[in-house]
Amino acid sequence: MDQKAKSAAIFKDNFQNFLFVLPAFAIFCTFYIYPFLNMIYISFQDWIGIGPMHFIGLQNYKELMGDKLWWDSIWHAGYITLFALCFQNPLAFALALACDREIRLKRFYRVVFFIAPVLSEVVVGLIWNWILNPEMQNGQHIGLLNHFLYASGFPQLVHDWLGDPKTALTTIAIVNSWKGFGWGFIILLAGLQTIDKQLYEAAKIDGAGAWKTFTNVTIPMMLPVILVVMVLTILGCMQVFVLILTLVNEGLVNHTDVPVTRIFSAMQNTNRFGYACSEAVIFGLILVCVSFITKKFSDKAKQV
Amino acid sequence: MRKLMTWCTCLIFVLFVGCSQSPEPSNKLLLWHWMTDRNDALEKLAQEYQQKTGIEVDVQLFAPSDSYSQKVIAAAQASVLPDIYGILDKKSIVSDFIQAGFVANLTDAMQVDGGAWENSLFDKALADKRFDAGNNYGIKPGIYGVPIDVTNEQIIYNKKLLSKAGISKPPLTFEEFVKDGQLLRRVGITPFVSGWGELWLLDCFASNYAFNIMGEDKVFATFRGQVKYTDPDWIKVFNVFVELRDKGILIDGIVTKGNKYAEQDFALERAAFSFNGSWCVNVYHDMNPDLIYGVIPPPPISTAFPLKIWGSAGSTFVVNGSSPNKDKAIAFLKWLTAKEQQMVLAEATNNLPSNKEALLSISPILGEFAKGMDQSTHPNIWPVNEDPSVSEAFDRGIQAIIIGEKTPQQVAQEVQIVKDRQMAKGNN
Repeated sequence: MDQKAKSAAIFKDNFQNFLFVLPAFAIFCTFYIYPFLNMIYISFQDWIGIGPMHFIGLQNYKELMGDKLWWDSIWHAGYITLFALCFQNPLAFALALACDREIRLKRFYRVVFFIAPVLSEVVVGLIWNWILNPEMQNGQHIGLLNHFLYASGFPQLVHDWLGDPKTALTTIAIVNSWKGFGWGFIILLAGLQTIDKQLYEAAKIDGAGAWKTFTNVTIPMMLPVILVVMVLTILGCMQVFVLILTLVNEGLVNHTDVPVTRIFSAMQNTNRFGYACSEAVIFGLILVCVSFITKKFSDKAKQV
Repeated sequence: MRKLMTWCTCLIFVLFVGCSQSPEPSNKLLLWHWMTDRNDALEKLAQEYQQKTGIEVDVQLFAPSDSYSQKVIAAAQASVLPDIYGILDKKSIVSDFIQAGFVANLTDAMQVDGGAWENSLFDKALADKRFDAGNNYGIKPGIYGVPIDVTNEQIIYNKKLLSKAGISKPPLTFEEFVKDGQLLRRVGITPFVSGWGELWLLDCFASNYAFNIMGEDKVFATFRGQVKYTDPDWIKVFNVFVELRDKGILIDGIVTKGNKYAEQDFALERAAFSFNGSWCVNVYHDMNPDLIYGVIPPPPISTAFPLKIWGSAGSTFVVNGSSPNKDKAIAFLKWLTAKEQQMVLAEATNNLPSNKEALLSISPILGEFAKGMDQSTHPNIWPVNEDPSVSEAFDRGIQAIIIGEKTPQQVAQEVQIVKDRQMAKGNN
């Protein structure tokens, strides 16, 4: 085969491969790369969503840096995330450990714990709206929680949980954890089931107690899974949105704002698409940084 | 290989053909709307229109309204708007649509036969999409939208609960309103509910009293930056909410309550008064057909100026200015807003018709709402609107007052800071 024919064959082969990849590449560019680049472009504009854009350079970013409401919203999302990391994930791990043992009705428990995550956030919001309802009718509390507190002899604890700035964000964090812990539970349970049982038997022969086995076998073997659950929790909680909308609508003053509700508000309420895009860019960068730090932490933990 | 190339070429061709819009006129109109409660009636009327004229109207529903709004903006950016659609946005945004050629000027069609079509419709509803000579937006004067119904926001009261508290007639003044509220509280009835978790409804209620306390000139002067929010009259407006809070008039959790929940509370007789729009007749009918209620404008707090309520076009359709079916679309909207079709819509959906002649056939409760149209106003017809960032600070400030977190003076100062910042930005 001469050089020309060989080159033609290589070209044909490459071109064929390229054609096969082309549809997926085109879809990816159209629906991911282009909107992403366009968002960055719009973040440098003053634009109300229609009509001409006006280039304003870094003005949106400059304003964002001094926007107290924006940074408060980041703190709120951070608080919800921290709450989930401290309470939701340990609870999920504890329940996964319990369900990994030979207990009665373990299949039933698995289904029950996984009900919350499969429910839509709107449904969860509706359910909790009823549970937390602060109103009364004919001298009776309508909300399940207040009704229960009153009936149990704790009338002083009856409260407008979502209407008080002191309790609103924590209440949202609790509901968010209730909704989210099932995912962690399922992933952690799957991880526990992959641990070789011989390791536990070996530990037992070596005289290790339950706690020693847990810290020296279970935790090291589960570390990669725990880190995956942590990353998913951070990314999920930082982007909480629908749950907040269904629980407190446009928010309790600014006490329940999170980054996504601020971005939505900039687009929907004030028609500032440029500013909303600059918020989205900064928020995206924050999430990338958090993921990067977690990845670094995860790599180090694996080495140990 | 050749086969593969042929397939790819065909695929690309099909994609391009599929994505492009046919510029040719056709006998099919595409209509986009957001009104879940009116979808069945609109589809029925569209079928009737097809039988009559042979023109098919494809009614497509996209709900909720927030998503619909985003869809319309995205379609405008891609120039794929349907023949008939609605713009659920401020007048400034509507003007951008007009300038981009996406909205047809309907003035000529409205004024045929001595303006028969225009005269048949509520003037205040038409004002929603009317641009007068010398308007601030630089739009050619004319009418750019067709209202299919009208709406206004007033106080609704539960007759049974009021009589339970020994109240024989609804309040005529704010003082009476507060007094009635206290009487209701004493017998264990929550006096007032509204969906003030939705800021626009809170803004609407506050602006009713702003008009009443200081008059529209001063309100507009504030929007123009000539009067400060720290002015004593604005403090009085904020104090309305202090009084409602301190006298126990408001339902618990009002600042996070969505209007759907507020409607549910009123329909289930958990509160005696509600502040809501005329669409609530339909909602209450579905939730509790036995509910007995009446309608009054928010009771005025002052006699200095008339209290104005928000009222205008409920739902307005516009015709795509670049549609090849423009004339057919206008003809359909003319038919849709004729007396007979308006009666069908009013009966099916319990909304106030935009055609004045159809008012004769509406229910008594809708008639009570219709009376309010005489004292109505709307941000869409105001000569000047407040900057959205200032409005947001204003509404959130009122929420802070209601939950007892801030005083009227603190809120006034904070709103003024946002106002000054936005004014400075506008001047740059």
